[in-house]
Amino acid sequence: MASDTSQATVQVSTSAVAQGDGAHDSHGPTGILRWVVTTNHKEIGSLYLLFSLAMLFVGGSMALVIRTELFQPGLQFIQPEFFNQMTTMHGLIMVFGAIMPAFVGLANWMIPMQIGAPDMALPRLNNFSFWLLPVAFGILLSTLFMEGGGPNFGWTFYAPLSTTYAPPSTSFFIMSIHLAGISSILGAINIIATIFNLRTPGMRLMDMSLFVWTWLITAFLLIAVMPVLAGVVTMMLMDINFGTSFFNAAGGGDPVLFQHLFWFFGHPEVYIMILPAFGIVSLIVPTFARKRLFGYASMVYATAAIALLSFLVWAHHMFTVGIPLVGELFFMYSTMLIAVPTGVKIFNWIATLFRGSISFEVPMLFALGFIVMFTIGGLSGVMLAIVPADFQYHDTYFVVAHFHYVLVPGALFAIMAAAYYWMPKWTGYYASETLGKWHFWLSVIGVNLTFFPMHFSGLAGMPRRIPDYALQFADFNMLSSIGGFLFGFSQLIFVWVLIKAIRGSGEKAHAHAWEGADGLEWTVPSPAPLHTFDTPPPFDPLTESPSRH
Amino acid sequence: MTSQYYVPPTSKWPIIAVVVTGSTAIGAGSLMSYGTGLPFLVVGLVGVALVMAGWFRDVVNESMGGLYDSQMDRSFRQGMAWFIFSEVMFFAAFFGALFYVRVFAVPWLDGEGAKGVTALLWPEFTASWPLMDTPDPSVGGPWEVVNPWKLPLINTLILVTSSVTLTIAHHALKADDRPKLRQWLIVTLLLGLVFLVVQGVEYVEAWNHLGLTLQAGIYGSTFFMLTGFHGLHVTIGAIVLAVLLVRVLKGHFSADNHFAFEAGAWYWHFVDVVWIGLFLFVYVF
Repeated sequence: MASDTSQATVQVSTSAVAQGDGAHDSHGPTGILRWVVTTNHKEIGSLYLLFSLAMLFVGGSMALVIRTELFQPGLQFIQPEFFNQMTTMHGLIMVFGAIMPAFVGLANWMIPMQIGAPDMALPRLNNFSFWLLPVAFGILLSTLFMEGGGPNFGWTFYAPLSTTYAPPSTSFFIMSIHLAGISSILGAINIIATIFNLRTPGMRLMDMSLFVWTWLITAFLLIAVMPVLAGVVTMMLMDINFGTSFFNAAGGGDPVLFQHLFWFFGHPEVYIMILPAFGIVSLIVPTFARKRLFGYASMVYATAAIALLSFLVWAHHMFTVGIPLVGELFFMYSTMLIAVPTGVKIFNWIATLFRGSISFEVPMLFALGFIVMFTIGGLSGVMLAIVPADFQYHDTYFVVAHFHYVLVPGALFAIMAAAYYWMPKWTGYYASETLGKWHFWLSVIGVNLTFFPMHFSGLAGMPRRIPDYALQFADFNMLSSIGGFLFGFSQLIFVWVLIKAIRGSGEKAHAHAWEGADGLEWTVPSPAPLHTFDTPPPFDPLTESPSRH
Repeated sequence: MTSQYYVPPTSKWPIIAVVVTGSTAIGAGSLMSYGTGLPFLVVGLVGVALVMAGWFRDVVNESMGGLYDSQMDRSFRQGMAWFIFSEVMFFAAFFGALFYVRVFAVPWLDGEGAKGVTALLWPEFTASWPLMDTPDPSVGGPWEVVNPWKLPLINTLILVTSSVTLTIAHHALKADDRPKLRQWLIVTLLLGLVFLVVQGVEYVEAWNHLGLTLQAGIYGSTFFMLTGFHGLHVTIGAIVLAVLLVRVLKGHFSADNHFAFEAGAWYWHFVDVVWIGLFLFVYVF
């Protein structure tokens, strides 16, 4: 490549690119078109991250609409029909539009840099994967303005609510799921090919960073289950439009078949949204405890064990639907088994902290917040795994509390931790510590105020997905709504932090931005030049592997 | 250690692919939801075909130009292998639906098994497989199912043979025996086309004379969705084989460098294996 020699001296930051300065890239178009046709992993990573941030605010606004209506009992602001569309769209957008693309963006940015690769293995496919997403979510959001409204059957879109009783726009919804699914599958293929094929010579699998490892396993999960989602929405499409009987008992099908297929996708999907978070925390905790990660190999094996078990637990979402007793028992025990490898991970993080020289920079705060609050969500998950107890908890706010604890202070906090951790590498400037700390503490207060009371309202019997509720739940709901607004508006601080770093105000970062950090990404300048590792970098497993003793 | 990495240059094809894929999705969605939007669908589908032709042409030219190194070749192999795995999982969803319905849902509706209480819905219903009489008679099942030992057996033999002939062609390519490669690749392609014709004949027969339609209860649903998606994949595979044949005729591929041929062969064998599963579990048992 002609540009390679100049890249060593001219460091192109993505922040410079963001200001329209594409002059350093010696090939390809400039301006907006450059972003449209880019095949560079850093630019595509930035696009993914910015897209997911935008979706976080879109989905978050919908959550605030929900919390506004639920501030008090009674119907004050919106109609139940619209409320249902809000809960559905909030879930779909956060899962497929915010959390998943954020992790893919982090993978794009960091995996090639952590394994010493020049780019992703299939760079053009990478461009296709990203740009499908805005189209998919454009279609999804447009359904809100269509005749009959958008999807209103919950993000799990159970048949027959999503087939027989669905709004006419459902075929659009299915198309958007197909596009998002194609994007995920192709993105995952790219990540696996990159990890297996582009590691720098000398880097064995057990020398990879935990972030790379968890993403390798996540990508495998994606390729295994996204096609099943494609299959199940195709069956929906056929039932709706072409008279098939997949989910229609009158023709010999079964609505419960939908749930089996959906959750065969859906449970691995849950781990798709948390395994990369485990990887991130496994990098940040050692950095700021200034120790090597405790139990590297057991972390890898635990991740693999969680991934394998994730294929064998799907029916724990369906305990009350009417499945045979032997099924309930099998899925109860297999679900509880997941607590073992997850416990290994939490133990290892705490053991890494033990006797470390800990400092509390913002990425570390988010990582520690993750460990504490993800564990809360994990433990309520074990409660939900108990069949007889689940009959009480099912479809109550206890479930809402559970999965929001693993997804918000879990997955989202890990993404925030990653953003603060790698912002110096991306922009060349540290994120503001002061603003970051405000962001963290307001988020912690907001998230707990929102979701902790939901445990209580749920245990007391408040059902999910309703716009109105009985009077005894009023106080808990008011707290949740106040917390929701606090949390939502606190995220604007992050936008401010990000803009400041991109504009280059604040402390300038050098290549090795955190002195306790390990990994090849810290050997390249900050901000990382547009092209890193034109030739394979040297790597000595004896001194550089995270698994060394 | 010191060798440079190869990174392919940017291309306009991916973003055009996004536009035409999006157009297909919008067209199909609005056609099904609101009965309009055919132009979007047509433009999208034609566009997808053109984009694939253009994108692949660029890649072929780059490959023929000697730009790709062995690492790029391995990336392509990884990509194709995992893509086929994703296809396997897509079919797994439909096979899973078939097995679930046969093993659980239909017997339960007849009062058998752990959830036999569902028999209360349609007390008159008697389970059978293939499901000829649906629980609610207004849905209506097929009068007759396809006899596996006629056309489906012929098609099984055709497809299995085509896998063998393709392997012969592959060995000929590796031995640099171009005439033999040409002949056996043509035979493979013809077998694939014959399979599609026979499948078409079977469909017409089933639809018009056996009452076996998409709407004929769960048997019709699983029959047509499984064999239909398989037929679609045979069609795609046949197009791939046709492209490979054109490239062979143009003198592309060498004895030790012919990834596209291998990828096409992998795909064809995959489609063959899916058919064996279909023949056993949709037609015979």
